[in-house]
Formats: sequence, structure tokens, C-alpha cells
Amino acid sequence: MTSQDSAAGLKSSSVAGIEDKARGAWRGWQERRRTRLSNRQMFYRHTVSVRVLHWINAICLAIMFMSGLQIFNAHPALYWGRYSDFDHPALWLTSEQDPQGHLRGITQIGTTRFDTTGWLGASSADGQMAERGFPSWATLPGPQWLAMGRLWHFFFAWIFVINGFLFVVYAIWSRHFQRDLLPKMSDLRHLGRDIVDHIRLRFPKGEAAKHYNVLQKIAYFSVVFILGPLIVLTGLTMSPTMDSVFPFLLWIFGGRQSARTIHFICAFSFLGFFIIHIVMVILAGPWNEIRSMITGRYAIAPEEPPHGN
Amino acid sequence: MGTDRRNFLARAAAGAGALALSACKGPSETTWFPKVLDSAEVLTKKVQRLFAGSTTLAPEFTKADISPFFKANGTLNPGTTDYNAAVANNFQDWKISVGGLVEHPLKLSLAELRALPSRSQITRHDCVEGWSCIGEWTGAPLKNILALAVPRANARYVVFYCADPMSGDPTDPQYYYESLDLIEACHPQTILAYDMNGEALSVPHGAPVRLRCERQLGYKHANNVQRLELAESFDHINGGNGGYWEDNGYTWWAGI
Ligand code: HEM
Repeated sequence: MTSQDSAAGLKSSSVAGIEDKARGAWRGWQERRRTRLSNRQMFYRHTVSVRVLHWINAICLAIMFMSGLQIFNAHPALYWGRYSDFDHPALWLTSEQDPQGHLRGITQIGTTRFDTTGWLGASSADGQMAERGFPSWATLPGPQWLAMGRLWHFFFAWIFVINGFLFVVYAIWSRHFQRDLLPKMSDLRHLGRDIVDHIRLRFPKGEAAKHYNVLQKIAYFSVVFILGPLIVLTGLTMSPTMDSVFPFLLWIFGGRQSARTIHFICAFSFLGFFIIHIVMVILAGPWNEIRSMITGRYAIAPEEPPHGN
Repeated sequence: MGTDRRNFLARAAAGAGALALSACKGPSETTWFPKVLDSAEVLTKKVQRLFAGSTTLAPEFTKADISPFFKANGTLNPGTTDYNAAVANNFQDWKISVGGLVEHPLKLSLAELRALPSRSQITRHDCVEGWSCIGEWTGAPLKNILALAVPRANARYVVFYCADPMSGDPTDPQYYYESLDLIEACHPQTILAYDMNGEALSVPHGAPVRLRCERQLGYKHANNVQRLELAESFDHINGGNGGYWEDNGYTWWAGI
């Protein structure tokens, strides 16, 4: 009994101490938040059109990437040139049995082979190791089902293209393109400083935070005006009907199989852009950034932040 | 088309079936959602037709571009008793009949087919799986054969019936079949091919006669063709989708 009582007493006194500390910390945090809020400035950053187009694009890209991997898995090899030189793939996700009889996933790039069991070439679905290019968690739909993957890919291709077209028309018409996306000569002069700032993870404050910096401009500009058109054109080059209409597409990309390889590289460039994009959003303050893409409002920290460190 | 793809597609169909049985249903396993996705096929077809019309030619290549190895896909050998007998007798008695909505039903022997004006073309074969091979094809333009049979005014499609058994009860199998509309069927590069790379078509590549329709993906290029039927619609034929793979979820429009 007594030992229990004293244990309870000990507990309650230490709980009270922790509570005090927590309350103090909470008050301090609120204090700092109030000063931050009173110092910050809300700024209307994204128009409703840009926000809607942005999220439609995000959904399309996710679906097109994953259904594209499903299509790729039907023949998980890429080639360079007009036809498939089956003995010399540029990339091949394959599998083989090891001496113990286990299935190993192999990724072959050029003539170099890597063991990528569990990820590429062979991976488990429902606990069963099976031969497949990309793993089923990365493809849409999950099981091997080319016909369905193609239905997803070509339905969302239309939405992706119409949405992208509307964005470009809107951006030029509203001058968003000229004002915010097109890198200017004066921006390019800051290129070196911007790169250093990025490496040191210093994000702009005050007036400067209202505008995209030059690296952002270059990234957004090249995704919208280079990568986007390239993935659409290489996609169309793989269509035998479109090749009869625009044979020069084959000449530009060096043949249908090269176009397929470039299409694949573009898709992974989109993935790379997406990853950097997300890392930047997290580093720059995810709530503020995400709110600005949902409600349009973006908070700007004061020019000279009163911080001590 | 080839065994590889046959096996792959069979596995895919089995996987899809297993998934449909499982309790958790994604949108791909519902009946309504794939129909929504499928609506894009109509748009794709309309827009591609708007650009391509009836005349644009698929790119043709030179002899130097011919694939050293042309992958055979689909049924490598139909292997039925009738087909084996036809092979043994060098397809002497092989007939291609043209019927359905025509004024003059016909039956052509291989010799008669070869006697018709011919066209040779070095073109690229694009499998729906993603690979391509280039080969030279020689055959009779389908347009000329249809002209001999004289399609009726209400004929809209040509349905191709083949000798390769695909699935189902081995004693009463589902044979491969395909269909084209009259625009694609009368395209200058649409031929009933009997030679490949200057030699008589081999069994793995669809002997003795196969379809080439160069603006479409590989599964449209029916092998071992025996019978052509002109039809107003394909609703009443087999699964009602206009082809063997179409009945298994692939789109009828195979332009991309
Ligand atoms: C209008 C836009 C697009 C069109 C017309 C298109 C068309 C195609 C076609 C025809 C294929 C099949 C290739 C084959 O036969 O194997 C394909 C595959 C693929 N697509 Fe797209 N696509 C488009 C946009 C995209 C986008 C936006 C992404 C991803 C971000 C993407 C990712 C892929 C991937 C990963 C593959 C499989 C690998 C490959 O064959 O390159 N596609 N696409």
C-alpha cells in the first residue's frame, strides 16, 4: 500500500513538473508565433486558375507515370534506333535463377548487369517472388494487366494535354509567364548567388520571396516548355497512325524505339523534378507552401528576421 | 504477334481474373470505371482519323533497315489437324473466301491471290507490348479484292477469320479474328501478304496469308487468314468487340 502511495505521489509531482514545463514551452511558442504572425505579411500568390490546373496536373502525372510503368512491364526493355535490336537493349529488366533456385532480379544497362532483386526484374507480389520489370506497388493497376494500363494512360493523356494547353494559354494571357516564369537577363546575372543560396538552404525573405528565384524559373520553365512537349511528342511518335501523319517525328527522335527510350527518360525526369519540388516545399515551409497552392495565400517572413542565431 | 505475348497476355488475364475475385476492388476492377477510361478511345480514334484520313502512308524503309531478327508473335504454329495437313500439302488447297455483305462472294486460291496485282513495302511492325521490327511484305492490296467482291452499301467492316485456335475448349476453340473498318481496309498499304523478306511467309509469321495494315498496332495484323466477312457491325460476332484481343480488353482502335 505505502509503496504504491509514494509511487503515486512521486508520479504526480513529476507530472506536475512536466506540465509546468510544457505550459511554459507552449506559451513561449505562442508568443513567438504571435510576433511572427504580426511581422509577416500575407500575400496572394496563386490565382485560382493556376491552383486548379496545378492539382489536375499533379494527379495526371502520378497516374501517367504509374500506368506508363505498367505498359513498360509488358516488354521491360528499351532500345535505341528504328527497331528493337533484341540482343542489344539499352535497358533491360530481367530475371534469372541463382544456383539455389531462387529468382534474382537483374537490371541490365548497356552491357552492365546489376542485381536488383526485390525492386527491378523480380519482386514479390502477394508474398510471391515473380518476374516483373517494375514492382507491382509502382504500377497502375498493380497486377500485370497491359490493356488496363493502356486505358488509364491514354485517358489521362488527354486530360494532361488539355490541362497543359490551358495552363500555357492562361500563363501567357495573364502575363504570369512573362512576369514570373520566363528567366530574364537580370535573373541570370544572379545565377551564381542563387545557386550558393540554395546550397546553403537560405530561402528568400521579404520582397524577394514574392518572386520565383532564377533556379525556380529555370526549373518551371523547362518542365512546362521543354519536358512537357517532349513527353507528348515522343508519346505520339510511338503511334503508328501519327507516324503516317508526321513522319518527321521519327526523324527528330531517331526512330520509334529511340522515341520510346526518350519518353522513358522524360518520365523519370518528371519524377526527378517531383522529388526536388517536394524537398524544396518541405525545406521552405510545407504548410505555408501547401496553403498557398490551396487557398492562394502565402505568408512572407519580414526582410530582417529578428533571430539571434 | 508471338507466344511470348500469348503467354504474357494469358498471365495478365489470369492475374486480372484473380484480382477481380479478391475482396478489395480498385477502380480498374469495377464495371463502370473502365468504361469511363474507354471513352477516350472514341476521341483518340476521331482525332487520329481527322489527321490521318484515308490516305497518309506509314513510313517505308530501305532494305538496310530490315530487322536481322523479326520476332514472331501470336500463335507460332496453329497446329490443328487441318492446318498441319495444309502445311504438309504446301497450302495447295488453301482458300480465302470473301462473303457477308457483298454482291459477289468469292473464293481465292493462293495461286489466284498471287496472280492479282501486288505491292511490296518495307514497314515497321509495332507490337502493343512496345517492341518494333522492320520487314518487307509482299501481297495483294485488299482494296482490289474487295472491289472484286463488291461490298453492299451497308457494309462497314471487314472481319478476318483465322486458322489459329486461341483459347477455350480444344475441341471447339475460339479462333483468332480481327476487324478493320472500310477506311483502313481500303488503305493503299493494307495488303493480304504472302511473302516476307522475299520468301513465302513462314508458319510462325502467319503462313500462308496474313493481313498487313501498317497504320495499326500488331494485334490487328491477323495471321493464317481464311475468311473475310463484310459486316455492318460486329456486335453479334464472338465477344462483340471486333477482335480476339478486343474481347480481352484491348481497344478496337489500335492507332496508338
Ligand atoms: C500526351 C501524352 C502522352 C502520350 C501520347 C503517351 C504515350 C505513350 C505510349 C504510346 C506509350 C507506350 C509505349 C509502348 O508501346 O511501350 C507510353 C509509355 C509510357 N509513358 Fe507515356 N504518353 C504520354 C505522357 C506520359 C507522361 C506525362 C508520363 C509520365 C510522367 C508518361 C510515362 C510513360 C512511361 C513510364 C511509359 C512506359 C515506358 C516507355 O515505353 O517509355 N507518359 N506512353
